Amino acid sequence: MKKIINDPATVVVDALRGMALAHADLLEVRYDPAVVLRADAPVSRKVAVISGGGSGHEPLHGGFVGRGMLDAACPGPVFTSPTPDQVAAAVARTDGGAGALLIVKNYTGDVLNFETAGELAAADGVDVRTVVIDDDVAVKDSLYTAGRRGVGGTVLLEKIVGAAAERGVDLDGCEALARRVVGQVRSMGLALTACTVPHAGEPSFTLADDEMELGIGIHGEPGRRRVAVGTADEMVRALLEPVLEDLPFGEGDRVLLFTNSMGGTPLIELYLAHGIAERLLAERGIVVERRLVGPYITSLEMQGMSVTLLKLDDELVELWDAPVHTPALRWGV
Amino acid sequence: MECTAESVAEAMRAVAAVVVEHREELNRLDREIGDGDHGENLARGLRALESKLDEVPSSPGGVLRLAATTLISTVGGAAGPLYGTAFLRAATSVGDVASVDGEAVAAALRAALDGVVARGKAALGDKTMVDALTPAVAAAESVAVTGGGVAEVLAAAAEAAEMGADSTVRMVARKGRASYLGERSEGHLDPGARSTALVLRTLAGRAR
Repeated sequence: MKKIINDPATVVVDALRGMALAHADLLEVRYDPAVVLRADAPVSRKVAVISGGGSGHEPLHGGFVGRGMLDAACPGPVFTSPTPDQVAAAVARTDGGAGALLIVKNYTGDVLNFETAGELAAADGVDVRTVVIDDDVAVKDSLYTAGRRGVGGTVLLEKIVGAAAERGVDLDGCEALARRVVGQVRSMGLALTACTVPHAGEPSFTLADDEMELGIGIHGEPGRRRVAVGTADEMVRALLEPVLEDLPFGEGDRVLLFTNSMGGTPLIELYLAHGIAERLLAERGIVVERRLVGPYITSLEMQGMSVTLLKLDDELVELWDAPVHTPALRWGV
Repeated sequence: MECTAESVAEAMRAVAAVVVEHREELNRLDREIGDGDHGENLARGLRALESKLDEVPSSPGGVLRLAATTLISTVGGAAGPLYGTAFLRAATSVGDVASVDGEAVAAALRAALDGVVARGKAALGDKTMVDALTPAVAAAESVAVTGGGVAEVLAAAAEAAEMGADSTVRMVARKGRASYLGERSEGHLDPGARSTALVLRTLAGRAR
């Protein structure tokens, strides 16, 4: 394992210290427990939008804290959910009197810890709602798994709900909007290489040169199937087809296409893949109205990508376009 | 034989030492079907508990409650809330008495299992810690009902938990991160079931 770290045990805190220095104008970082806060939190009478999860997915979630997106992020250890104390502290520090919305990715640990935190915050008299995102079509939603995972759609959900909260939409409205976005966003990912969690010191799985994992989550876990590496066209098709079938997306639909790098795939390959995805969607008469391309929800240094499609309407387009000022997303300001 | 706050604290220190010793093994089991941090996470929580036990609470229930809150606030992941809930329910079951007997230990294990099932919503056969804890509770109860002491009750629980953990090798995971692997999770020992067996074996070893 070769990484720019001093000690696996302090990676997250060491990274947070650097992040706080790099973005002192936007963020305030607390360490015990660890919470990344909007510099101007709490914002009076605004719904607090809070998310979090394991570290190692940067810029998710801390990179999306700021005006027009998240009020707070709770970074857990690498690939491990935060504890209830962290989430409860985030709620306490961002509650502006309008309640808090917790955005939780559907992974067992995240759901359990946020659930417990919600109970703690409710006991403190804060109106807290939880929305679980489960956009990963690689997992069949059945009794035989923990349910679909929350992956790339999380980024789009945080942006859109963050914009609504910034405009003064109340907690009921933010919650309903979040559930609507969860209902119409779908994702699928693939890995060309595994990643190495610092404290583990070795890759979470090994792939031969001619193999890839199809249907991965974001924690370096193996995917649903191991298949032969093909051309970029074949890879993008393998990601898009299950996404398109699932909702389903059809001719005339307006969509946001999010082409995401898992961390190790360079922009040259990502843009190449994005171009293929746009072509495949155009062939089906699907209108790509907004795009996001880059490493936004990653798995450390893993090579690979994911594709996310969100069905748009005028309201969602307007909220997507609304100003945002965070370390990782910034426009309109 | 009955156990006191000090003996429960001593047993929890031993649990911390054993989990730290098996940290790599648990990480490896988790890496095969999950994300490889089960040993790391449990060890972090138990080390934190060890340092808090410099001041031992006044009752066995108090020690279990301290274990619960420490694990919930330091472990994260699925293991934090699940182990935390287990210890919290055990603490509530034991109450504020000064010492506990075999019957109380069996009842505490039953309460722990009920808590884990309620929180994690896993059933027998889902390839989780429930597959180790369920037979452990049944074994503990059958020994307690015949008047067995703390040591006998825990020894029976530990043995049943080990067999239960071994049985997860043949299972396809239906809960937790391993469930995303589907059929590919078969043939691997569940790390949560393994750590449950380790904890119970250590507690049994300390109860004399």
